[in-house]
Amino acid sequence: MATLDINRVRKAYGNLEVLKEVNISVGDGEFLVLLGPSGCGKSTLLNIIAGLEDITGGEVLIGNRVVNDLPPKDRDIAMVFQSYALYPTMTVRQNIEFGMKIRGIPAEERAKATNAAAEMLQMTGLLDRKPSQLSGGQRQRVAMGRAIVRHPDLFLFDEPLSNLDAKLRVDMRTEIKRLHQRLGTTIVYVTHDQIEAMTLATKVAVMKGGVVQHFGPPQEVYDRPANTYVARFVGSPAMNIIPGRLLASDGVPTVAFDTPQGEAVVRGVPLSAETAHRFAGRDVLVGIRPEHFGLDPCGTVPVGVDVVEPTGPDTLIVFAAGGTEVVARLEPFDAQVGRQERFSVKAEKVVLFDPATETRLD
Amino acid sequence: MATKSLARQQMLGRLFIYSALLLLALYYLMPLWVMVTTSLKPLDEIYSGSFIGLPQAITFEAWSKAWSGACIGTECTGLRPYFVNSIMMVVPAVLLSTGLGALNGYVLTKWRFKGANLVFGMMLFGCFLPYQAVILPMAQVLGRLGLSGSIPGLVLVHTVYGICFTSLFFRNYFITIPDELTKAAQIDGAGFFRIFLSIMLPAALPIIVVSCIWQFTQVWNDFLFGVSFTSGSDTPITVALNNIVNVTTGRKQYNVDMASAMIAAIPTLLVYVVAGRYFVRGLTAGAVKG
Amino acid sequence: MTDISQSAAVPGTAPQRPAATLSARLARWLPRLVMAPSFLVVLIGVYLFIAWTLWISLSSSAMLPRYDFVGLEQYVRLWNTPRWHTAVINLFLFTGLFLGVTIALGLLMAILLDQNIRAEGVLRTVYLYPMALSFIVTGTAWKWVLNPELGVEKVVQSWGWDTFAFDWITRPETAIYCVVIAAVWQSTGFAMAIFLAGLRGIDSSIIKAAQIEGASLPRIYASIIVPLLRPAFLSVIVLLSYISIKSFDLVLALTNAGPGGSTEMPSTFMFAYTFQRNQMGVGAASAIMMLMTVAAIIIPYLYSELREDTHGH
Ligand SMILES: Nc1ncnc2c1ncn2[C@@H]1O[C@H](COP(=O)(O)OP(=O)(O)O)[C@@H](O)[C@H]1O
Ligand SMILES: [Mg+2]
Repeated sequence: MATLDINRVRKAYGNLEVLKEVNISVGDGEFLVLLGPSGCGKSTLLNIIAGLEDITGGEVLIGNRVVNDLPPKDRDIAMVFQSYALYPTMTVRQNIEFGMKIRGIPAEERAKATNAAAEMLQMTGLLDRKPSQLSGGQRQRVAMGRAIVRHPDLFLFDEPLSNLDAKLRVDMRTEIKRLHQRLGTTIVYVTHDQIEAMTLATKVAVMKGGVVQHFGPPQEVYDRPANTYVARFVGSPAMNIIPGRLLASDGVPTVAFDTPQGEAVVRGVPLSAETAHRFAGRDVLVGIRPEHFGLDPCGTVPVGVDVVEPTGPDTLIVFAAGGTEVVARLEPFDAQVGRQERFSVKAEKVVLFDPATETRLD
Repeated sequence: MATKSLARQQMLGRLFIYSALLLLALYYLMPLWVMVTTSLKPLDEIYSGSFIGLPQAITFEAWSKAWSGACIGTECTGLRPYFVNSIMMVVPAVLLSTGLGALNGYVLTKWRFKGANLVFGMMLFGCFLPYQAVILPMAQVLGRLGLSGSIPGLVLVHTVYGICFTSLFFRNYFITIPDELTKAAQIDGAGFFRIFLSIMLPAALPIIVVSCIWQFTQVWNDFLFGVSFTSGSDTPITVALNNIVNVTTGRKQYNVDMASAMIAAIPTLLVYVVAGRYFVRGLTAGAVKG
Repeated sequence: MTDISQSAAVPGTAPQRPAATLSARLARWLPRLVMAPSFLVVLIGVYLFIAWTLWISLSSSAMLPRYDFVGLEQYVRLWNTPRWHTAVINLFLFTGLFLGVTIALGLLMAILLDQNIRAEGVLRTVYLYPMALSFIVTGTAWKWVLNPELGVEKVVQSWGWDTFAFDWITRPETAIYCVVIAAVWQSTGFAMAIFLAGLRGIDSSIIKAAQIEGASLPRIYASIIVPLLRPAFLSVIVLLSYISIKSFDLVLALTNAGPGGSTEMPSTFMFAYTFQRNQMGVGAASAIMMLMTVAAIIIPYLYSELREDTHGH
């Protein structure tokens, strides 16, 4: 078990900068998720932690030990890959035992560890099969078993679920969470799926273009995203970012934006007095999550319903505001396209962004 | 009525296809047939004008003469010593070029270094080199190495130019093996050679067969290097065959010629019949990707 | 492209850290060390030797190599040699006929074989076995078949067609066609194999869609399938051209460049002038001409193949 510190890590392939000054720090036993779209450098960062890639600048510390120059095998890590990377010519048992064999662990001990891992992952019956005779979910289990028997300080997962079908993915997600709770080992987990990130992580690092956009606990990332990019990336449907303005007023920060039906006013958004003063009377971006709208005859947001999308537990209403399309998630009601309604907004949940830098205003 | 004529038309179509294929098959088999039957006929029967027919009385005289009695130049040893020469040349050349090709393919795909693509491109061009452009310097260098006119010299030459092909085979095969496999092995603690021996080679069995068969056929069938760099009793079998056939003195012994050609052809034909699938894969490997 | 170790072996990107241990440094260089001997022999055996041949072609070498410089003298001599003219004309004649017939026949065989043929495996084996033979064996066999006194001519005459004549191999004007016949026989299976692989790679729903539109089978092949075989055509053309430029053994075994030098090819010319006529400089010049012809065909081909390759991954 170990802490993990990534200090000012940079990575370049020739002139191509793939990681720019990445800083991340997690404590012992945490579950860190690297979240971002394809090509943003997640795997590169994971490979650097593993020692599979050279580092261009900065330091990686595992358990307070600089590991920059340690080869992967001396870093006390285990890794699970997207394609599972099972050795095709070996049986499941040989796959799991390969690493132990190289480290010179005696045969009985290897067998014991393998059997224990197989039991834990319910794959005892599969040990003598070849990878080609396994289903996707079973291969996934074998890959995890191979990682578990190392008893590493650090587990690394690179999109381990993205090759599975939807149902299996949810099951395996639970399985990974259970594994973490049971072993308590620090985990770094790469994914582009924000739901995986939210359900698994104790810390999330949202990445884009080789830069960490937001690093923090998942609830914080969801509630107080550092910028509009994070706001849009996390949550489904995404957070609405509505062009509006901060009104110059009396100490209660108030924002307004326009809908075709009139002006919407939201009083009491969270904002420090100093920022409120600085931005008074200026344009801001108003971030409102779909579920923070409510149907309310006395609400302050006049809307005209454009599209109605019932999903079962709730109904999505699409309407126009501030020149963009806005989605509200409401309890099911008798919604009619073209009708005018009034919505209220949970003001304390609203997030404001600077339109120039797109970063959050506090 | 209409459907009936359609079915008939289709039948005629099939008939045409099968007859065309059969005729072509006869065309391709005819030289082999003629070679085998001629080699089993006594010389008199051949000169009395039986070309295509079965031998009236099968005799293996021509074969035994081709194997151990036919004269090449002034030596009347038959093909046997040259057959042995070819074996002595083929076996090390095939093993060396396949082994090195496997290592090269492994480095070129899993341990890529700056300029790896250029190195690969340069090797690839070596596959298409017209050897006429290098035989002169090669003859000089073999002479200085003290290898000229010897079987080890031919082993060296075939290994050098064979590497180009075998590296291509293995590179194109290993590139389909996911890089994650080598990463996983690295994390398991395996080093460069361990990964090669325990993970890559066992997974590469089919392409090892392809490479061996390809190299075997190429080296066995080579004539240019053999005739350029060796002479007398050191030549490989193709050169000896050509010498037997081109004997101009006396009555031409067509049955011995054909038996000799068969002896030179049998090893590669055997390989082809046993492992034709892999042979075709080698043929098309450089041609169409994937 | 996405390989881990790409950077691991690039010296420029090595981290500015305290010196790595000796074994770590060795590990870093190991892949290149392993590759080095192979690369070195190819560098010497292909590129240095080409340069060397080029040098000889620019020198006054005759019986022994001489390392002086006489400019393009040997090339002038080469192009003033009537035998070389014959060789070049033969090469074009041979290449044109060989490619045309091999491609047409190979394509036909591939299409016929692609019609759900029952004995496909056996037929394919029969069509392809000549590729396993040495050109010397092929030449020996065909020399016998084409022999006018005892071969095919005699057989047809014995069937009652007394005036049938097939003595091409003995006549200087026609002997080159005999080389074409034997070469086609040997290589059609190869063309067929590539075309067949191409045909098998075509989505069969395309054929079904065209059939529903009412197109006849020959029509479908002519206007839809064959155009889709473009990559296969390219491969076949390039590889057959290469075979024809370097074809040496076949000519030697079948006609020995005769009768009367009428089937001389650049490859036999090069061999004769270098090793038998003691005109090494002219031989080297002819070798360079051959190399340039091959390079003009192969390098663009390799370039396009490699580029597609990197796009594909
Ligand atoms: N070996 C390499 N050479 C050059 N560029 C690379 C290499 N590996 C990755 N990249 C580039 O680095 C970027 C980040 O890649 P990666 O970390 O795999 O992204 P992710 O895992 O987030 O999808 C991509 O733009 C990719 O093209
Ligand atoms: Mg990735």
